[in-house]
Amino acid sequence: MDATQQVARQQVRMRGRSYVAFVFSPVVPVVSWLAEIDATLGKSPGFFTGKPVVLDLAAVDLSQAAIAHLVGSLAERNIRILGIEGVDESRLGANMPPLLTGGRACAITHVEPQKPQPQEKNKDKDKTKLPSLLLESPVRSGQSIVFAEGDVTVLGSVGSGAEIVAGGSIHVYGTLRGRAMAGINGNSAARIFCQKIEAELLAIDGYYQTADDIGDSLRNRPAQAWLEGEMLRITPLN
Amino acid sequence: MAKVLVVTSGKGGVGKTTSTAALGAALAQMGQSVVVIDFDVGLRNLDLVMGAERRVVFDLINVVQGVAKLPQALIRDKRLENLWLLPASQTRDKDALTEEGVERVIADLKTKFDWILCDSPAGIERGATLAMRYADEAIIVTNPEVSSVRDSDRIIGMLDSKTARAERGERVEKHLLVTRYDAGRAARGEMLSIDDILEILATPLLGIVPESQDVLRASNVGCPVTLNAASSAPARAYTDAVRRLMGEAVEMTVPVERKGLMDRLLRRRAA
Repeated sequence: MDATQQVARQQVRMRGRSYVAFVFSPVVPVVSWLAEIDATLGKSPGFFTGKPVVLDLAAVDLSQAAIAHLVGSLAERNIRILGIEGVDESRLGANMPPLLTGGRACAITHVEPQKPQPQEKNKDKDKTKLPSLLLESPVRSGQSIVFAEGDVTVLGSVGSGAEIVAGGSIHVYGTLRGRAMAGINGNSAARIFCQKIEAELLAIDGYYQTADDIGDSLRNRPAQAWLEGEMLRITPLN
Repeated sequence: MAKVLVVTSGKGGVGKTTSTAALGAALAQMGQSVVVIDFDVGLRNLDLVMGAERRVVFDLINVVQGVAKLPQALIRDKRLENLWLLPASQTRDKDALTEEGVERVIADLKTKFDWILCDSPAGIERGATLAMRYADEAIIVTNPEVSSVRDSDRIIGMLDSKTARAERGERVEKHLLVTRYDAGRAARGEMLSIDDILEILATPLLGIVPESQDVLRASNVGCPVTLNAASSAPARAYTDAVRRLMGEAVEMTVPVERKGLMDRLLRRRAA
């Protein structure tokens, strides 16, 4: 066990977490769209209180003042906006919610029919996604492979300066020279396996070690990394 | 069938321009018709290395923008009649290049030449991506040191994703050319060995060009090393590389300097 790495000092944890947010897509005239919201609130008061709400402004062309007014009007109804989508960043003032990108549609449970519905056409596509990703070619420096849905298997090497991010475990059948981050969605059972370890950084569920922390005795041989409680442990595989 | 080759590296100063000139000349010496294009707009060098700097009238940018016709911009080499140069502009920058313009120029050149060698600028920005954009094959020039190898790895990743071929789902065939190799220093562990480089880059080797004064001397007189010192070690390495490019099976060796008695005497006198 002398080859096992134990890091006792306090570590900074970086974690990803996703929430389902309601998406409001206002249409012109905004006044009558607000009236619709009022009608919904009339039926179930406080429905949006404390819920994350994102404003999608792709369908309307509003000035900075108009956006500020709209955010204010929603705040009066106790609806707080988490972020804004579909608008140029220059239209957003310093005291407005931040610009969001890269959102994906998903189903919302317990939603009344007259509420602005998120587009659900991607729902079925998501279901058919495989829980693991197989990469048959080497991952080159500068490439970033992000697969939050499950395991990532790489048949070649992962170059210095490349990055693999997986929701599940990471398997590398070549040399791991770049960064590997497994279990990013809080999966502490995820592991990292590689045929030859020369990694720049290894992380599982937010606990990480850099190349400096990885002992020389481990270098250049097959190894695995896993979490034992709050300790990231790396051991040789043979 | 014309072949479009990009000579690229990511890192600067590894020998892209020198290699483009040497490979272009070696191909022409074998009777192929060759054009070398300088994509380093704003920092052009290929014209100097080819010794054509005093004959540049129109350049790639003029042709891309339709100011000049292709035959007006092409410069014929004075030593090899089937070797041509399409120079870059020194007064403009890379933003003057357009994707459509480059595509048109390369399509045009494909009807006239057997080989089109694109000398890529360093970096991974517009100039470098446009130089590789329409390539069929790529020559990745690498020095035996870690920063150069990592940058080459990055460029190989881009060749697999950003080229027109990659976007059509086809492959850009890649060749690795190791330059400035010093067998002595590699043996002493002061340099990455060829095996280390191949292990990291997982790309077939096209040739090993030894570190040599002949390369510098050739660049300074504006003559590709395969013409200026045809029997020198680097010239033989480039010639072997070209024969491999043309499909010949040539044994992979590191050519060494042939030092005669006179050579040694002269060198001592010069020192």
